Amino acid sequence: MLLLGGAVFVMWAVATLTFFAIRLIPGDPAQAILGGPGSQASQEALDQVRRDYGLDQPLLLQYFAMLGRLLTGDLGDSYALKIPVAELLGAQIGGTLLLAVLSLALAWVLALALSLVSTGRGRIATAIGEGVELTAAALPQFWLAAVLIAIFSTGLGWFPPVATGTASGLVLPVVTLAIPLAGFLAQVMRESLLDAMTQPFVVSARARGESAVGVRLRHTIRHAALPGISLSGWALGWLLSGAVVVETIFAIPGLGRTLLQAVTLRDIPVVTGVVLLIALVYVVMTVLTDVASRTADPRLRQEAGR
Amino acid sequence: MSELELRQTTIDAEVAHAPRRRARIARLPRAGTVVAGAFVLFLLAATVVPGLLETQDPNRISPSEAFDSPSLAHWFGTDESGRDIYSRVVAGTGTSLLIGVTATFIGLAFGLVLGVLAGFGGRVVDYGVNRLVEVLFAFPGLLLALLVIVVYGPGPVTATIAVGLSTAPGYARIIRGQFVAIRSSQYVEAARVLGHSRGRIIARHVLPNALIPIFVLATLGVGQAIVWAAALSYLGLGAQPPAAEWGAMLAAGRTYLSVAWWMTVFPGLMIVGTTISTTVLGRALARRGRGDA
Amino acid sequence: MTSPTTRPLLDVADLRVAFGDTEVVRGVTFSIAAGECVAIVGESGSGKSVTARALLGMAGRGSHTESSVLRVGGRELGGAGEREWRRARGRDVGLILQDALVSLDPLRPVGREIDDPLRIHERMSLPERRARVHELLASVGMPDPDFAARRRSGELSGGLRQRALIAAAIALDPPLLIADEPTTALDATVQARILALIGEIQSRGTGILLISHDLAVVGHLADRILVMRAGEIIESGTAAEVLGAPREPYTRQLIAAVPSEVPRGVPLARSEPPIPIAVDRSASRSPALVAIAANEPPLLAIDHVSKTFAVPGGRFTAVEDVSLEVRRGETVGLVGESGSGKTTLARLALGLTTPDTGEVTLDGAPWSRLDERTRRPARRRIGAIYQDPLSSFDPRWSVGRILADAWNVGAPGRHPRTADHAIAELLEQVGLEASVARRRPLTLSGGQRQRVAIARALAASPEILICDEPVSALDVTIQAQILDLLDDLQRERGLALLFISHDLGVVAHMADRVAVMQAGRIVEAGAADRVLAEPEHPYTTRLVADAPRLTRA
Repeated sequence: MLLLGGAVFVMWAVATLTFFAIRLIPGDPAQAILGGPGSQASQEALDQVRRDYGLDQPLLLQYFAMLGRLLTGDLGDSYALKIPVAELLGAQIGGTLLLAVLSLALAWVLALALSLVSTGRGRIATAIGEGVELTAAALPQFWLAAVLIAIFSTGLGWFPPVATGTASGLVLPVVTLAIPLAGFLAQVMRESLLDAMTQPFVVSARARGESAVGVRLRHTIRHAALPGISLSGWALGWLLSGAVVVETIFAIPGLGRTLLQAVTLRDIPVVTGVVLLIALVYVVMTVLTDVASRTADPRLRQEAGR
Repeated sequence: MSELELRQTTIDAEVAHAPRRRARIARLPRAGTVVAGAFVLFLLAATVVPGLLETQDPNRISPSEAFDSPSLAHWFGTDESGRDIYSRVVAGTGTSLLIGVTATFIGLAFGLVLGVLAGFGGRVVDYGVNRLVEVLFAFPGLLLALLVIVVYGPGPVTATIAVGLSTAPGYARIIRGQFVAIRSSQYVEAARVLGHSRGRIIARHVLPNALIPIFVLATLGVGQAIVWAAALSYLGLGAQPPAAEWGAMLAAGRTYLSVAWWMTVFPGLMIVGTTISTTVLGRALARRGRGDA
Repeated sequence: MTSPTTRPLLDVADLRVAFGDTEVVRGVTFSIAAGECVAIVGESGSGKSVTARALLGMAGRGSHTESSVLRVGGRELGGAGEREWRRARGRDVGLILQDALVSLDPLRPVGREIDDPLRIHERMSLPERRARVHELLASVGMPDPDFAARRRSGELSGGLRQRALIAAAIALDPPLLIADEPTTALDATVQARILALIGEIQSRGTGILLISHDLAVVGHLADRILVMRAGEIIESGTAAEVLGAPREPYTRQLIAAVPSEVPRGVPLARSEPPIPIAVDRSASRSPALVAIAANEPPLLAIDHVSKTFAVPGGRFTAVEDVSLEVRRGETVGLVGESGSGKTTLARLALGLTTPDTGEVTLDGAPWSRLDERTRRPARRRIGAIYQDPLSSFDPRWSVGRILADAWNVGAPGRHPRTADHAIAELLEQVGLEASVARRRPLTLSGGQRQRVAIARALAASPEILICDEPVSALDVTIQAQILDLLDDLQRERGLALLFISHDLGVVAHMADRVAVMQAGRIVEAGAADRVLAEPEHPYTTRLVADAPRLTRA
């Protein structure tokens, strides 16, 4: 319940912060709606727009009106496209979430495999594992995307360089997002794996006749996966932000590309809408991962209760 | 959690799990540290005296040499106007580093203010700062930076500030954590029991012990800030081509990816190299801070 | 219980374990018969735990094990491969480690942990195994076996999870059980029950190898005792022989170091630290001093003090209506189990937290009522020593700087030139060489660190020291030296001590008066001799009865 209360608070604060940050923008929003300063809109047109969008109201009234509309799921109309933002984003969130979730899953598998294979197997394996993680975590998505396209599209011709709406078009974007994330996750997983492997419970397990593989599968892998679970909220947020880059490069219609276009055009309602939506996904995911890690690890529940 | 915190955690882990080395070799830095140090020295030289490292004028246009692949004459190849990519990479180092370092300073400064407020300002302030940081975390990754750019418009200066601001919550949380850990440590309690004043304890114990970790943090932060700033440039929201900034160079290379891969690969490698080097150096610093070379 | 006709369960001859070039177990030979309990005692680093692990083929990464005989349950396992060892582990030998919180996987239900050996070694169906787990948990005295089987180790109390750990070790009823410090992390009353359980398992015919640093624990259970030092067994014999008539000086030193029932003022450490001041050991404190003390106000007076902390869903009372006085030059012992509020009381006495109700006074003057600014100048009068000295030192500082910092408090404005001299003197008083001043605490041993901590406390010339479990992390011979040192310093300087410990033996040895704390309250207080010999409160009675006692000859 406390978690849920915190989530609602964060969403309210995000909406408030975004609303007032947007008001800092120099210039007249009505002008922006009518196509920017170059449009030479008439005074009547400007007044009309101000009335339509409620811009003639006092700021606080506008704020509460915004909160009220948010509760009903109304995000306003796009300045540039003149269609409801909710409609625009509703059509795109599915694809972006699919991209993010697939990348998260791939990153998880890669990270777990890498840390299991390279941890506790001697100095050379550790050094290689650490080097791979370090490099992966240092790769900028936009560059990785370009390199992957150069190799696998232009060079080998295995995958299309832009999204085609098919499964093979999704391979490179997912890999692009997953590899750096896997680098981060693997570093954390290796840490807890190392930690777990030096714990006395491993000695007791082996003293009961458990094999080395058995110890990994029944004991230490859980300890490695645990921080992976609790990081998944952060990871999803990171992926959604990364989608801005990746969707733009691979020309995938989605939240990220829409956001970038809206930022360039200063289409405020769309920017606000995407930001709120991503924040919502992040907050929901954080609540879920919190619940999941507490279920998986009773020690966390005790800490919280103390 | 933030990207920065993640980098920080992994450093802590690496340092904690690194085997203590025998005294004889403990004083020698590790091979990785040496390579990373050499790379950073190269970057510094490229910033201070780019002329020494450039093989030709980075802005000299030579249409006849356009799209030359890497060769002895042009180590990293040439771009669409025949400019030497290697020389441009060297020339761009200063700008890229400046953006990264400035953004880190901005982030660190805000983070320090918030962290110190939370760490020393009493329970109510601490609670308030923590909630604020939590809310800022709900704008993951570049989102906060994009919001700043919407408000102030694109450009290299805005991009730098935007990256700095969006890393601030991460710094704030780590710095607060460090202050709280030190403040509640037993050696601070021991100093209190001896009758030392609050100011003296902060000056002699809390600040010096927090300094090295914050320095390590800043080292890591520079790598991250360069990547983010380059991402904004790449998206056309930061430095613009034909500026010799790594992100802008990558953006320029994007169009010619199928004909001139080197326009993309080499500036990107510089970014990757910088991030890896700063991380490796940060780890070495952290180890040294714990009295283990 | 030893039956000479049966073949030994365990037969080891010339066991050697080396890590690289360092041999840590050097030619150990012994055997254990069915129903027999053999104990290996020794201090940390003696090689006792490595010996135990080597008997499971688990001496550790990078180790090299050799032996002329290594027979476990009639099978020779010297030079056996991992596969062969695995068949023996859990079936022929079981292992119990200390602290089940970390010795059982915190993420798995204990039932699964107990089920492991059944699954690995036996072809049993799931219901059969489940029934066996239930039976095992019941046999180790778990109140609600089915409920416990579904809990994870962190969700059980210390005693219960130790029982679960034992259940996992005896799941297949192995003829030999190795118990490596099985009760070390437990409170005395819980320890007594776990020892009784191990004794019960032994009486069913299981051979026990008990590894412990605690002679009193060993004296309880062992039929035979092996004393180990620096990788070798230096003395062995029946428990009565070794404890009653030790032959080796080291064994005598170990036994002498156990503080329980050694009268106050009698030194525990035979080889004494170099303390230059000659002290007449036989005479107790001068009666005149005690007489004066009786007329003065108490140096530290805790008067009807309570302290609660906010916890989710209410307030937790850590200290409830506690009154306690410490007079000049006397030692008051505060005993209690973990969570009884001892440390909160120490923090209240040190003025680190303020009481909700009641008051602490220092030398008749207000102490807890003062605000921090007014209290600060008087803080040097009351010093503190902690259980973990290392964490009480700034990691960047050398010993010399730590001491100089404290010394300046004792006499502000003194010329820094004389600091070097003062530091050398302080180090000498606590039995350390002057060269230690240049070292970092991290490079010192546990005993040396505690000496530095004591030197720091003394540097400010305090009148009373609050000692919170100052020796619980130390080996028994080191513990003896530190206790002797505190005793000497008290005599020389007329220091008052508030000595907090969970160890009744240590408190009995150190204290003039004793207060017993349970769940935030002092349930009994009085002269140490009286309280420990004829306890009035049932809790004290139980505490005294459960404290492991070393029977001396």
